Amino acid sequence: MIPLRVSIAAAIAAGLLLLVIVELIRSRRLQERYALLWLLTGAVLLFFALWRGALMKVSDLVGIQYPPSALFVMAAFFILLVLLHYSTVISELAAKNLALAQRLALLENRLREEALEQEPER
Amino acid sequence: MAQHSTAEARRPSGTQTRRLRSLAIVPAYNEEGSLAQVLAEIRSADPELEIVVINDHSTDSTAEIAGAAGVSVVHLPFNVGIGGAMQTGYQYARDHGFEVAIQIDGDGQHDAAELPALLDPISRDDADMSIGTRFAGVGAYKATPGRRMGMVLFSTVARMLVKLKITDPTSGFRAVNRRGIELFARDYPHDFPEVESNVLAARHGLRIVEVPVLMRERAAGRSSVTTIRGTYFVIRILLSLFISVFRRYPKTVEDR
Repeated sequence: MIPLRVSIAAAIAAGLLLLVIVELIRSRRLQERYALLWLLTGAVLLFFALWRGALMKVSDLVGIQYPPSALFVMAAFFILLVLLHYSTVISELAAKNLALAQRLALLENRLREEALEQEPER
Repeated sequence: MAQHSTAEARRPSGTQTRRLRSLAIVPAYNEEGSLAQVLAEIRSADPELEIVVINDHSTDSTAEIAGAAGVSVVHLPFNVGIGGAMQTGYQYARDHGFEVAIQIDGDGQHDAAELPALLDPISRDDADMSIGTRFAGVGAYKATPGRRMGMVLFSTVARMLVKLKITDPTSGFRAVNRRGIELFARDYPHDFPEVESNVLAARHGLRIVEVPVLMRERAAGRSSVTTIRGTYFVIRILLSLFISVFRRYPKTVEDR
């Protein structure tokens, strides 16, 4: 059986997480596309914290003896997902950053050379 | 005053052996010790070759030396590494309509006197890319045992992966035609680009030839590859090689 206190604590934690995420989106400090995974994380944790029967079933299914551990496993899994998502975001940003630096350098070069070409005419 | 424009004056058009508009790309990161000499050598070897120095945010006087040499200089706003710098050079070549691009390291290990040999297969349109190879009987280039092992390993792997036969896959002394320029301007590997870019070129169906050339020890500065980090590099390059085979590539250059 799942101790009631564990469920209550988990529900409060998941609820707080969701509140913080929603507030971050509302105040535009977090773009929706990056918040989606976080929202899903909070929702799933809240779902299993509240519906204790489902947690029991899931832990039974995968052979976890102590059902609250299943909550931890789920939390850890989602954290991994979020981190992986960040790696892809960083990769994309790095690629864009490089492209911008290259474009900037080439434009600067062109600007300088055009200025040089015009100088002798004066 | 007028000299500037006469230097740029066009050669009579319609001549039989029209020379392809060629660009030497010289990537330089803290190469103040060798850059001036490298540029002078390129000039004396081939006075008509245009030169662009890609200054990868050097912290020494590389920028001043390149500026004083009177060549075109592209300054990157921060250090992007050799792959990003080379790609910038190819983008420059693409944007300025060059038909041939040659990459020559700023550290002086590539001998500009070998330029004609490197350019020959390109100008005869026998190849889309020519690679200057260290081991082909010319000169007495001595690689460290570690590097030698790496070269053999890479060429074996590359041969297995894309049926590409290259004896010196780590050579950064290369020339490409317009197809190669457009490919590399759009897509170029990052950290240790020589090996992987060969695979990239092969996968895009570019015709690749090797040209035996003489190479020297670095004129100044240190190689970016030290023995201790060599193993790490080998693993990274192997990983990127394997990935490059499974990678999805953007649509090929104008697909012949």
